[in-house]
Amino acid sequence: MSPQPAHDITLMVNGEAIAESVEPRTTLVDFLREALGLTGSHVGCEHGVCGACTVRLDGVIVRGCLTLAVQCDGRRVETIEGLSDSGELADLQAAFERRNALQCGFCTPGMMLTAQELLAAGGVPSRDTIRAHISGNYCRCTGYHAIVDAIESVAQARAQQG
Amino acid sequence: MKPAPFAYTKARSVEHAVELAGRDGEARILAGGQSLIATLNMRLSRPTLLVDINGLDGLDGLALKDGAVEIGALVRHAQAGRSDIIAKNAPLIAKAIPHIGHPAIRNRGTIGGSIAFADPAAELPACLVALGGEVVIAGGRGERTVKADDFFTGLFETELGSDDVLKAIRVPAANAATRIGFAELARRHGDYALVGLAAAARAEGDGLADIRLAYFGVGATPVRARKAEAELARGALDDAVAALADDLDPPDDVQETGAVKRHLAGVLLRRVAKQLMEGRQ
Ligand SMILES: Cc1cc2nc3c(=O)[nH]c(=O)nc-3n(C[C@H](O)[C@H](O)[C@H](O)COP(=O)(O)OP(=O)(O)OC[C@H]3O[C@@H](n4cnc5c(N)ncnc54)[C@H](O)[C@@H]3O)c2cc1C
Ligand code: FES
Ligand code: FES
Repeated sequence: MSPQPAHDITLMVNGEAIAESVEPRTTLVDFLREALGLTGSHVGCEHGVCGACTVRLDGVIVRGCLTLAVQCDGRRVETIEGLSDSGELADLQAAFERRNALQCGFCTPGMMLTAQELLAAGGVPSRDTIRAHISGNYCRCTGYHAIVDAIESVAQARAQQG
Repeated sequence: MKPAPFAYTKARSVEHAVELAGRDGEARILAGGQSLIATLNMRLSRPTLLVDINGLDGLDGLALKDGAVEIGALVRHAQAGRSDIIAKNAPLIAKAIPHIGHPAIRNRGTIGGSIAFADPAAELPACLVALGGEVVIAGGRGERTVKADDFFTGLFETELGSDDVLKAIRVPAANAATRIGFAELARRHGDYALVGLAAAARAEGDGLADIRLAYFGVGATPVRARKAEAELARGALDDAVAALADDLDPPDDVQETGAVKRHLAGVLLRRVAKQLMEGRQ
């Protein structure tokens, strides 16, 4: 089939109103990276397995490679750039650095967004719960222990602060 | 990889979706996209039109009606997993949901999509069969209801025609005598199962009646283990496990040989039988 007519979409990305024209087949993560230059969300497997493309859509994490940009018309998208600027992830970012929870950093943005959704539920999750929660995010460098350590330490610190 | 080009339309109503899907031979309904978009990205399928049903009124309901739990096609896995109605009245589904993929997949994937896609290793089709549920379908010739036992017809094949929209599933609401069991084996949390078992029964006297054992990951569709059901109804667990040799003939696949799967099916039956009995008062 030949290229299909573009659709005009308007959406909020990291709090900023965006109006763009997209081909139906453009995935959300490609749109963010290529049209908006937000390259913090990564593209790994492109079939939902690795979690590198994780972004927030209307407040919940989704796969950027399994959502079409055209479906995000009228919706609210947040990426690692926005969550980093807002300070929402500051303690998690510091813990990842302190615990060596990243090496190449390819998985890190997706890992943090995923971890933050678990942490936002409150309490101190068990290490097994943390592992199950990040089971859809692949890291080829760290062996996961340090990532679980970092997430656990943030959960404990946040619980103490109340 | 990237998908081949396709056209995209947001349906305005279920009728509109049926009409659009019927007009174009290579149209596909787009729900959560968690299976469909993956296959597009890998160019395993090349539809000409995607009909987006997200946001349609009347497809995201979740209610207890006339002794049944009705779950709209667009109810997301995560939403079903949080629902008190499901936890109380369809506990088998509540138990199965955490095994589906990962949090980001469950935030977007839908109940209707899982049933329509009919992956042979998926949890929800087997739950629907175990519960003796039914599927509500809107098509070109109006609405119809198909029983779970008749709905799954082959590998990724169902009673859904190309212009059919799955509207909802219905399962009988649990009561005090309802017993359920669920177990699966997967290499990693969130992977599709190597082998899994969803089961339902009714407590009767010291034993169980109306036992339904629905295996997944052992054939083209969910598979009822009918001889094992009969043995279990007699209270003969060892004979039930032995009967699986007749009930199941799992083919070798990329994950495991059929022989290993058949052995694991027996392991799961012992675990699930325990759950069915423990649930008794
Ligand atoms: C990494 C990963 C892991 C996963 N692990 C599991 C797992 O362990 N267990 C499991 O069960 N699933 C798993 N899935 C699949 C997931 O559950 C999908 O969400 C589900 O199979 C399809 O639902 P969907 O709403 O995303 O449907 P879509 O992807 O939108 O559609 C799937 C198919 O169903 C059709 N369809 C969808 N809705 C309707 C409707 N209402 N009427 C008619 N046709 C319809 C579409 O046309 C398409 O052919 C996994 C997916 C990924 C990416
Ligand atoms: S790129 Fe989306 S999950 Fe791997
Ligand atoms: S730090 Fe390299 S993939 Fe995780």
